[in-house]
Amino acid sequence: MLDAGSQAEAYNFAYLDEQTKRMIRRAILKGIAVPGYQVPFASREMPMPYGWGTGGVQVTAACLVPEDRLKVIDQGADDTTNAVSIRRFFQRTAGVAVTEATSEATVIQTRHRIPEVPLTAGQILVYQVPIPEPLRFLEPRETETRKMHELEEYGLMHVKLYEDIARHGQIATSYAYPVKVEGRYVMDPSPIPKFDNPKLAGNPAIQLFGAGREQRIYALPPWTKAVSLDFDDHPFETSKAPHDCDLCGAKDSYLDEVITDDAGGRMYVCSDTDFCAGRRARGMKGRLWAPEPEGVA
Amino acid sequence: MTVMEKLVATDQPLLRVDGLTKRYGPRIGCADVTFDLYPGEVLGIVGESGSGKSTLLSCLAGHQRADLGRISYDGRDVLAMSETERRRLSRTDWAYVHQNPRDGLRMGVSAGGNVGERLMAVGARHYGQIRGKAVDWLGRVEIAVDRVDDRPSAFSGGMQQRLQIARNLVTGPRLVFMDEPTGGLDVSVQARLLDLLRGLVRDLGLSVIIVTHDLAVVRLLAHRLMVMKSGRVVEQGLTDQVLDDPQHAYTQLLVSSVLQA
Repeated sequence: MLDAGSQAEAYNFAYLDEQTKRMIRRAILKGIAVPGYQVPFASREMPMPYGWGTGGVQVTAACLVPEDRLKVIDQGADDTTNAVSIRRFFQRTAGVAVTEATSEATVIQTRHRIPEVPLTAGQILVYQVPIPEPLRFLEPRETETRKMHELEEYGLMHVKLYEDIARHGQIATSYAYPVKVEGRYVMDPSPIPKFDNPKLAGNPAIQLFGAGREQRIYALPPWTKAVSLDFDDHPFETSKAPHDCDLCGAKDSYLDEVITDDAGGRMYVCSDTDFCAGRRARGMKGRLWAPEPEGVA
Repeated sequence: MTVMEKLVATDQPLLRVDGLTKRYGPRIGCADVTFDLYPGEVLGIVGESGSGKSTLLSCLAGHQRADLGRISYDGRDVLAMSETERRRLSRTDWAYVHQNPRDGLRMGVSAGGNVGERLMAVGARHYGQIRGKAVDWLGRVEIAVDRVDDRPSAFSGGMQQRLQIARNLVTGPRLVFMDEPTGGLDVSVQARLLDLLRGLVRDLGLSVIIVTHDLAVVRLLAHRLMVMKSGRVVEQGLTDQVLDDPQHAYTQLLVSSVLQA
């Protein structure tokens, strides 16, 4: 592919060479064809440590075209180290436009959140996945977990939920909550809070999951069914801190708890910074909002 | 006696094994084993170490693939089944009690979860009912109900073995494979376990294939006995008949080797 704009000239567009991108795209297509199935791919060494989103970066690199507008989120925020460095990485190596606004982005790479603003058709959401195998902590053998996926033996997944209820009185799993995709594969949605689980299902955007260290890619095509596992008498429930955002006053967004002093003072703010800033720009105010944002945050 | 009634009531064997052979390269695991097992019947397999009894059991249970022969369960050809079908069968109609309970239990999961796993594997999705059944089964194998949330690692060897039995029987299997279920337990615990097994087998009308080298175990549990040596069945018949009037030289040796307590 041709150099696009002002990217660092030593690199191919979006860092990876064309053959590698081709290989990754092939895995992505297979993942989309078989929703929830973990497709092995030859994960490359990336210029960042494992656990920092090497899988997500490779999927993003394989999806990007020069016309794309990229957004990168880390735990909902656009301005944390991980998000900033990945965004800069693609600015340098692909020269694509970047944005913090969810609705303006065409490709969104995310770590541990789904944006609050509903995604639309044509957008691609790329997840960074640390451990793609939902059965891993119950069954350490890879040969056995593959067999269990093959034969749809997912009883063990419920054993985990059973243990939760027996120990805590409720399903205490609050992130990386397993979903069953289109009635077939059980999938780990990456460590997103279970608050976000309902957004996985029937989403008009393409959702791609990349696990670099574990060398797996899987996908949810648009409008795919994804049902969170539960018991009849302990149905799946989303959870969030029982507060409103202290900056923008949102009642229905996922909140971060921020300790503000050593005397027990704390505030709750939207974890999705773009969502929160957008609401404030439209004049909505929370409990602790002051005109100079630096004074609060 | 319920077992005898059932034996009389059904004349169709539950399991038919015909010419089963398993080789390990040039060596014989077991060769040309043929028998029928009727509903409610307990078949003991005895023999010294290396006589092929464990190989036979694992071939029967589908853990290993036999080289030759036929196994039909309830009229269905087991060896021709797809893996999905066979694994489903081994979760529902069949049960396998390992000699070492650690092989048959999930040590990191509570006792209740261990018992409930088979229920959840066949589609139970109601926590209250799963737990109710788990508690019921723990009671039946004489494990105190307040241990339901403890992990098996906190249990004694005998309790672990009883838990393994509860975990296997919870889905109401018809055929149970047992590999030295009393091995590694001291004699008083063995006696209680045998007592428990005998009660369960009678109450539930289970068909059991039990592999052991302990003649006392088969004397107590088994209706029929098969004696194996070097991979072949050298003698079979009613338990008392084989033990009291052994015909084959090896069986005579086996019987006479046991100290009379």
